[in-house]
Amino acid sequence: MAEKKRLKDLTLWEKMYVPEVVKGLKSTMKQMFQPRFTMEYPEVKFEPVGSYRGRPVLVMEAGGEERCVACGLCSRVCPALAIEVQAGETDREKERYPEKFEINMLRCIFCGLCEEVCPEEAIVMSKDYELTFSNREDAIYGKDKLLKPITELQDRIDFLRSNK
Amino acid sequence: MEMWFAFVVALLKVIIIAHVVLITVSYLVYFERKISAWAQNRIGPNRVGPAGLLQPFADVLKLLLKEDIVPTNANKKIHTLAPILALFVAMGTFAVIPIGPSITLFGIVNPFVVADVNIGILYVLALTSIGVYAITFAGWSSGSKYSLIGGVRSSAQMISYEISMGFSIAGVLLFAGSLSPQMIVESQSGLMWNALLQPIGFITFVVAAFAETNRLPFDLPEAEPELVGGFHTEYSSMKFAGFFLAEYANMIIASSLIVTLYLGGWQVPFLEKLGLSEGVNAAIQVGSFFVKMGVLLFFFIWVRWSLPRFRYDQLMDLGWKVMFPLSLLNVVWAAVLAMWIK
Repeated sequence: MAEKKRLKDLTLWEKMYVPEVVKGLKSTMKQMFQPRFTMEYPEVKFEPVGSYRGRPVLVMEAGGEERCVACGLCSRVCPALAIEVQAGETDREKERYPEKFEINMLRCIFCGLCEEVCPEEAIVMSKDYELTFSNREDAIYGKDKLLKPITELQDRIDFLRSNK
Repeated sequence: MEMWFAFVVALLKVIIIAHVVLITVSYLVYFERKISAWAQNRIGPNRVGPAGLLQPFADVLKLLLKEDIVPTNANKKIHTLAPILALFVAMGTFAVIPIGPSITLFGIVNPFVVADVNIGILYVLALTSIGVYAITFAGWSSGSKYSLIGGVRSSAQMISYEISMGFSIAGVLLFAGSLSPQMIVESQSGLMWNALLQPIGFITFVVAAFAETNRLPFDLPEAEPELVGGFHTEYSSMKFAGFFLAEYANMIIASSLIVTLYLGGWQVPFLEKLGLSEGVNAAIQVGSFFVKMGVLLFFFIWVRWSLPRFRYDQLMDLGWKVMFPLSLLNVVWAAVLAMWIK
């Protein structure tokens, strides 16, 4: 039986190593003159697209009022138990509003389930990715930090609507 | 009086060479990181100082401030001795490498070398062999299996490649007819570079030099994916820095040896035809030595970021079945050529 040639058998040319080494060196030398991919972070900031899931925020309408009706679905669905909502009554047509809306950013896993479950499109994921705090108390974001004008969230809302 | 003057000159040379080596080593680390970054389309260190040029100092300070840990199982004395030995060998070899022609200063002929000994090449070979002990000691005394495997690998590798290295050098010695590095350099005047006369010997020597310095296609003693850190797994702080320094100093030695033995040392071909004064000539020649060395150092780093690591059996295969016969062939070729030329 004739000996079968295996794929990994090298040809004489390859066995001489030197030409193959030169080939490898040429390839890295070529890379040295290619454009760099590095983004020099603190000076140049990454601008995410609409599909980016940054920290969750509450949508603030043009009138300065939140969309949230304090149904508590987000709090129920949150797998990390990061959201706490307490509802309050209003005398207007909308009836309820969140008296207290807190997200513990140490617990949040940025899964986006709150946004997905929200019937009012009132909580969406923003583009913010720079989250720093120096103690645990600061990590609990209240309404003051969560409310964000709708104009800044348009990208995300468009993305959500196009994928409905 | 004469003796004192010679002593002071020698001391000055030692101090200058030691500082040049240390600074070159620290910037070699910087360029290692920069070149690796360029080869991978990155930027590399650029935060400490302009263009990251102060990075080596930050690295050294960091290493100095680290805790020095000696494992419980380690043999403390040998564990401490190993990095010192590695550094001693790395620095000691520079004594015999000529970086320029002899110049007359204050009425005394000064060779541009710390110790102009007539058996310089033997001295280099002897010292690099001692360097194996440093790594083997480090591996053995750490009391860790990874270190031990690294140490054993290194000694096996060094022994295999020292042979082809020695035979490659034999070809050069046949041409020069001397063991003195200064004589070897002078024998390559004009374009009689050994790299051009004996290309096979040049290639085997360069490959063996890579193996001797534990640089990447042959860095099995510290193969990170398999052995954590090889022989320096259990080293920290300044002891680790010692090995680190020794590795890069060895790289500088290897490239300056290649320059001395194969690339005409400090000589610039046909420089004497320009008819410049002695001082200018010497400056150009010393400069040319450093340029050649720099190119080789770039080559060392460039190879590291291009080629994958050898498998251990392939390494031994290459050492004994390819490099050894090739270097023997080179000795025969050099002998025939030397007879024919002279």
